[in-house]
Formats: sequence, C-alpha cells, structure tokens
Amino acid sequence: MTTSTGKAGAMRVGALLLAMPLLLWLFLLVILPHVDLLLVSLRERISYGKYEFSLINYIEFFVEPLYWNTYVRTAVMSLMATVLTLMIGFPVSYYIAKVMRGKGKNVLFLLCLIPFWVSELVRTFGWMILLRESGVISNFLQWAGIADGPIEMLYNDATIMVGLVYTSMLFMVVPLVSVLDSLDDSLIEAGYDLGGNAFTVTRDIVIPHAMPGIASGCIVVFMLTLGNYLTPNLLGGKDSLWFTEQIYTQFITRFNWESGSAFGFLLLVLSSLIVWIGLKLSRQTLSETVS
Amino acid sequence: MSKKHGALRGSLLGLTALAGMVMLGQTAQAEELRLLTWGGYVPDDVVAEFEAETGIDVEVTLSNNEEMISKLRATGGGGFDLAQPSQDRIASAQLEHNIYKPIDLSKIDASLFIPSMLEATKANTTLDGEVYGVPQIWGTDGLVLNTAEASTVKDYIDLCSDEVAGKVSYRLRRPTLIAFAFSMGMDPFAAYNDEAAYQEILDKVEAKLIECKPNVKTYWEGSDSLLNLIRSGEVVAAMAWDAGGWTLNNDNPDMNFVAPSSGALGWVDTFAIPRKAENEEAAYKWINFVMKPEIAARITAASSYYTASNGASSLLDEAQRKQFETSFPQEALDNINWYPPVPAGLEAIEGKTLDRVKAAQSN
Amino acid sequence: MADQFDLECRDVVKKFDAFTAVDSISIAIPKGSFFSILGPSGCGKTTLLRMLAGFQAPTSGDILINGSSVLGVPPNRRPVNMVFQHLALFPMMNVAENVAYGLKRRGVDRSTIEKKVNDTLARVGLPDSGPKQISQLSGGQKQRIAIARCLVLEPAVLLLDEPLGALDLKLREHMKVELKQLQNEIGTTFVYITHDQSEALVMSDQVAVMNAGRFEQVGAPQDLYYSPQTAFVAGFVGESNRWKGTVGKTQGDQIVINLPTGGSVVASRVVHPELSEGQTVDVFVRPEAIAIDGQGKTDNAIGAKVENVLFNGAASSVQVRDSATGHEMTVALPQTGAFANLKAGDTVNLTWAAEQTRCFAKSEKQGAAA
Repeated sequence: MTTSTGKAGAMRVGALLLAMPLLLWLFLLVILPHVDLLLVSLRERISYGKYEFSLINYIEFFVEPLYWNTYVRTAVMSLMATVLTLMIGFPVSYYIAKVMRGKGKNVLFLLCLIPFWVSELVRTFGWMILLRESGVISNFLQWAGIADGPIEMLYNDATIMVGLVYTSMLFMVVPLVSVLDSLDDSLIEAGYDLGGNAFTVTRDIVIPHAMPGIASGCIVVFMLTLGNYLTPNLLGGKDSLWFTEQIYTQFITRFNWESGSAFGFLLLVLSSLIVWIGLKLSRQTLSETVS
Repeated sequence: MSKKHGALRGSLLGLTALAGMVMLGQTAQAEELRLLTWGGYVPDDVVAEFEAETGIDVEVTLSNNEEMISKLRATGGGGFDLAQPSQDRIASAQLEHNIYKPIDLSKIDASLFIPSMLEATKANTTLDGEVYGVPQIWGTDGLVLNTAEASTVKDYIDLCSDEVAGKVSYRLRRPTLIAFAFSMGMDPFAAYNDEAAYQEILDKVEAKLIECKPNVKTYWEGSDSLLNLIRSGEVVAAMAWDAGGWTLNNDNPDMNFVAPSSGALGWVDTFAIPRKAENEEAAYKWINFVMKPEIAARITAASSYYTASNGASSLLDEAQRKQFETSFPQEALDNINWYPPVPAGLEAIEGKTLDRVKAAQSN
Repeated sequence: MADQFDLECRDVVKKFDAFTAVDSISIAIPKGSFFSILGPSGCGKTTLLRMLAGFQAPTSGDILINGSSVLGVPPNRRPVNMVFQHLALFPMMNVAENVAYGLKRRGVDRSTIEKKVNDTLARVGLPDSGPKQISQLSGGQKQRIAIARCLVLEPAVLLLDEPLGALDLKLREHMKVELKQLQNEIGTTFVYITHDQSEALVMSDQVAVMNAGRFEQVGAPQDLYYSPQTAFVAGFVGESNRWKGTVGKTQGDQIVINLPTGGSVVASRVVHPELSEGQTVDVFVRPEAIAIDGQGKTDNAIGAKVENVLFNGAASSVQVRDSATGHEMTVALPQTGAFANLKAGDTVNLTWAAEQTRCFAKSEKQGAAA
C-alpha cells in the first residue's frame, strides 16, 4: 500500500516536473504580464511618480468618441478582412486540396508560403512600391493609356483591406487545405451522384465538413488582423486609424502606459468576445477547432 | 542522501564559477558602448575610427525622442550607456521617470563645445542643480520644398493652400503643433506653463490641421521615406528637418530647405547618460571623441547636420557653407524659435489633439 | 429492343495518356438482373463503373441508359446511383437526412420525402433508425443505409463499387445473401464490381470477368466455373492446379500434354478439338476434380506425397507433391470425412478424367495477366 502511494507520488512529481516548462511559460510570459497590465491600467497619474487606483482610463475610452470609433472601426474592418480572406481562401484551398494532384499541389501550396519568406515589413513595402502614385501599377496604367495621370492607390481603406487579406491568406489556407484534404472524395461524388450540384454539394457536404478548419482559420486571421500594426499603418497612411496603432501611440509617443494598458485590455476583451460569438454561431467548440 | 546533496552543490558551484569566468571573459575581451541615437548621427567611418583608437565596440540603436524615453522608461534607465534626446525633453522625462544620471562635467572637455550652446543646453537640462545633458547636434524644423512647384509656400500655414493640395506631408508630432501655432500668429512657448492658454492654442491648431488634412498625402514617420516622397515628386512641400532639405539639394537644386517666415524651430540633440549605464567611461570617451572639430566636421559633411563642436564649421567645404547661408540669411537665423524645456504633462494634452487630428476623416 | 436493357455499353474505351484502362467494352445488361464485373485490382473495372456513373467520360464509344445515350450527361442527371466502396455516407447528417438527400435535391415535397424515407428504411430492415447518427451504426447497417440512400431515388441501375470490401468476413458472407435477396425483391438492375470471385459467383445472374481493360468472358457463374474460355478465367475463377506444357501425340480420344519437368497430363480430344501438336498450353485441373485413392476414370494417375493437410471443414484440402515430377498440387478432400486421418508424409494415388483437364493455347497476354 505504502509503496504504491509512494510510487504514485513520485509519478505525480515527475509529471509536475515535465509540465514545469509549460507552467513557467504560461505564468511568467502570459499570466504575469497580463496581471501587470491590468494593474497598470487601473491607476491614474496624480503627479510626478505618484499614482492612484482609478477607472479613469476606461472611462476615458468610453467618453471619448475618438477611441470608440477606432475600436469599432478596427473590429468591423477585421471582420470584413476575415470574411474576404475566407471567400478567397476557400476556393484556393479547395483547388489545392481537391483539384490539384501530385507535384502541382505542393507547388501551389508553396506559392502560398512564399510571401512569408520575407518579413511583414518587406512585404508591406512591396505593396507600397506597387501602389504608390509613382509606383509600378500607376506607371503601367499610364503607359498602357488607361490612365491620364498618376493614380494614388495607397492610403485608403481598400488598400488596407488588400494588405490585410494578403497577409492573412496563408493562415486561412493552411487549416482549410488540411481539413479539405481529410474530406473523402467519394463524399463529394456521392453528393453529385444523388443529384446535388456544385452549389448544394458545397453547402451541404464540403462546408459542414470544413467547418472546424473554417472556424480555426477565421479565428487566427481575425486575431492577426485585429492585432496587426504595420499593414494598416503603412498602407493606410493619414487615415489608417487602427486600434493597435492607438495602443502603440499611448505607450510610446504619449508615455501614457496607463491608458495604453487599458486599451490593450479592451482589445483582448473585444477579440475574445468576437471569437466566442463566432464559435457560438458556427456551433463549434474551441477544443474542436484547435485540435 | 547527504552525499548526493554534496555532489549537487559541487556541480552548482562549478556552474557558478564557469558562469563567472564566462562573464569575466566577455567584459575583458570586448568593452562595449551601447549608443541610443538618431539616424545619421554616427557615420560608419567615425565608429570604425573610434573602435580602432579605444578598442571599444560601439553598438548603435537608432531611435527618436519618444522611443528613447519609452525604452529607457521600460528598463528604468538600463540597456544603454549613452542616449541622445533633444534638450527640451530631458528635464521633464527625468523628473517623471528618473531615467538619467547627472553628467560629470569634469570628464568632458568643455573647450570642444561652442560655449553659448553648451551653456544654454546645461541650463535647460538642469534639475536640482545637476546637469543632465550636453549638446552634440543642432538643427531646425522648417520647410523642405520643391521650389519649382511650391514657390507659393512661405510658411507652415501655406502647406494648407490649394496650390499644393494633395502634395504635402508633415509629421503628426508635437513639433507640427508648435510650428502651426507660430505660423498662425500665436506663441505656444509663452503658454508652456499655462495649461488653459496652451489648450486654447492647441484647439485652434487642431481645427486648422483637420481642415488641412485633405491636403496631406501622408503623415511621414521616417525621414528616409519623406525624402523618397519628395524625390519621386509625390510630395512638393513638407515640414521637415533642415538636413533633409540640404541632402535633397545636393541632388536637385530645385529642392531645398527654406526657413519659414514665422521662424524655424531650433532643436538641440544632446548627450545624456542613462541611470543604469554600465560603461560610463566609454560614454565620456565617445563624447570627447565625436566633439573633436575634425570628427564633428566629418559628421556634418556626411549628414548635413550641424554640430555644437567649436571650430568644426571652419573645416566645412565651401558648398556646404553656401547651402547653409542660402537657407539661413542672418535675419532667418535670428528668427529661430528655440525649444524651451517641455513641462511634464504637456505631452498628454498634445497627444489628445494629435489623436483627434489622426481620427478626423479627410475624405 | 432497346428497352430490354437498362444499361448498354458500345465499344467503350478509356485512355489515360498512353495507358488504356478500358479497352472497347461492349455489354448489354438485361433489366432487373444482378450483373457483376469481376477482376483483379487495376483491371479497369472501377474506371468502367465511374464512366457508367458519369464521373469520367469515355475516350470513345457510347453508354446508353434506358435506351438513350448519356454521354455528356453529368452524374447528378443520370438515372443511376452508386454505392461507394467506403459507402460515403454523409457524417454531417443523420440517417434520415442521408436517405432524404437525393429527394431533397429533386425538390420533392417534405411529406413525400418523409414517407419515402420511412418506406425505404423499412425495406432495408432499419425502420426507426432515421434519427440516428451515422457513427452509431454498425458496418452492416451502414451498408444498408448506403443502399437505401440510392434506392429511395428508384434508379434504373444501381452501381455498387466493392461495397463489402470493408466488412469483416462473417458480415461479408451475411451481406452477400442479403444483397441478393434485396435485389430479388426490388428488381432494380445491380451492377456490382468486385475482385472477390466468391461475391460475384454467389450473388450474380451474370458475371463479366475483366482483365487488362477487356472482358475475358461474360456468362452465368456456372459457365465461368465449369467452362472457362480463357486461361485467365480458369485461373482467376475458382481454385486450379496449373501446369505449362506442350501438346504431344493424340491417342484416340486423348491428347498427351508433355510437361517440361518430364511428366505428362492427359486431356480429352472431345473437349479440346482445337489443339494441335507442338502448341504450348496452360493446363488447369480443379482440386475437386481429382480423386484420392479412388475409382472412377483414371485417365490421369499420379503418385504423390502429402505435404500439408489444410483442414477447413467442408472446404478442406491437401497440398501434395507429385512423386515423379515434383510438381505441387492441391487436392480437395471429399466432404465425407473419408480421409480424416490423412497426414503429412502419407503417399496417395491421385486420379482424374481426361475431360477434367482444361488446356488453353498460350498467348503472351493471358500468360502475363494470370
């Protein structure tokens, strides 16, 4: 009896030791900074180096329409980018997973990966070179006689959207390809055989099967987009207005860590809330989606 | 049991000793100066010469005023041995965040500095009787124009005129607020210590900047990207640093820095020592090295930035001196508005204004 | 004429680049019959079936269903339905939804769908299983639902692609009988492809043996078994002992086939009038045609030594080695239990009639495929 409990105890210690890196990581790098962030967000600067507990940073957010607008705008744009990425990514993934065979499949998949061999900054600058007034596309259009003068394609919401969708595509395509790969071709054929057409087979068979992949792709893309800083900032120019930009500004240029922390927390709440609603609507669970 | 512990302790000791040796080895083999500075302030050949002369490796991190303060604030003044904030941003940051340590003036060769500039900087960066900064480079904010296409622009406020619509750029930072305030006939520096009056000025500037937003191509962030915008012709008039204008002028005589009629804004970037600097000696060596007239002249030649080094200007070539004189006739030089120290808390008010300008829709 | 056949193929060819998967197949399948296509994997039977279903288009030739060509008609418009190898039931729907799927696509109204689904589920013996999830069904039940899902659409032809392949042996035996019964009851034409000869022989009215893209022989199961027309059919359908040999002298009704190992086998001139001396032939003798220590005809008589006794109840056999030639043979044990004591090392006399020996003039193609 005693030996067996001893053994079990040793096992438990072993398991704990094994879990130690994970627990340490979670605690030191995830939980602790967030607790600190929360504490910072709940204080107000009184004078030089003097702070007091206060909800002023949160109140400020709700009272000042400027922050609200940015917040809502970021959420809406991120949702739009997610939907657009899904709408473009789904046919692409379907093509890769179900239509292409053999070598071509890998090549296409790699093509989706290529943009990620360079950093996001370089990618975004690439877009800027293409789209700016004195850029490649503008010059081409003038050369082809389609445009009379230089065209500025940067610094508007459509450009931000293009950049966001481009940046997010891989994160949608990877889970979708893997989930569509796991769909037995004969299910699709059975759908046709029983009288379905492209639309009904996609709606009744392919999409329900792909739902976990769609959900996980959308969650990742949404989070990345919501938390993106470079793309909206560089492509959006003077009207970019992204909430992460607001957080950066509060922390770095305003030295206002308190309201920056509060904004950070509000962003966390927003993304959690929207992901939760999305999971509810698609009747997926987080554990299903993650696995 | 005890034996095991003994072994463990032994190995721990061994590890500690090893770690100690590694650390000793590191300090012995590579003395390092971690420098937090601006783009263009440290030409490669100057670094190489310093390293050859002293054996100290220089690790350069490029930044700007806000980031410098943020970085030092995050570490409580650690991570760097020497920083280069503007003179007006030192006292308030020190008071608020305690990120610098006083300069030991005895370790600095005062004869290397232009006396008036050294004194002014010392005065502006003094807190509780201690001096926190000495000047290195000075310059002005003004107008960088493509004079062939933006001849009507004489002052900051002209950036909002129809003649240059859609081809204008400036930063969305505090110097822009100050510049527009002067240009609109107000004196923001005089209102520095009167929050209500300052707010009133800011409100007027805010309205003007929002009104002006459709004129703006984009708010520039890095000076390289601004210079590209002007070179490509996408921007013909901008509020920017003088050195940028002179750099453009070297390639295209139409492009130049013009002192605005309401006065250029004069700034001085300093040397300040972070509170947790690890290699202060190297920092002083660096200061005394780059302030030597021949080194300072080389920095100016490479970057177009003027230095506070005494006697460097006589070593500059004729073309560069001419460039300076074209941009700054005597009356323009006298007209420069030098930044006084920023009272703490002012940036928070300005921040709100800037946020609102950013959020305003221009189209 | 045409409406006697639900399904007709005329010179159907399918090529994948240089490879010919289906090589000018022509068949007409009578209404209401159970037709099997039997062949080894890679023989082209799946390709043929997929062309019938409409998933692939023939390179040349014509396919007619109910007398009219269906070339260019997509699978969702063809009056045929398919039971897939792994059944392809939709896991995202319950049983009733699976069965109702085809009707819904046809725009049938809700109450009719419900009635038909219930009828069909009852017909396959699974009433009340409608609300179940697919994962709750056993292998046999899934099988029946897959068939029900097609039958509810009342197709002219039901195509079945080795649907028993995934089942365990016992269930497979059971489902063979059930499938045949079901087909009898409903009278729909079944086209069934399989590589398992026992499935084909047990269930079918007609079997086509397919090899290398061609039909070797089409006929009733008995024909295939007792009168195979090619060496491939003889070798593929049922067990056989097999030799290669050269046709020797004819002595009266008997032809001597000389084996390269030295021995000889006797065949009947009546059965094989076509053989001529010197021809190379493949020789087949069924294990159950050989008697052990028996009476009856003794045109062929061999002394052999028992190497293995393979006891398998009614299907028991022995492996023996010809004492003279060293050739290995399999001999079926009579079901009487007469040789229950036979054991390895025993010596036995094997005899069989000349009529039981089947010879096929060797052609390269047949030799290679077997």
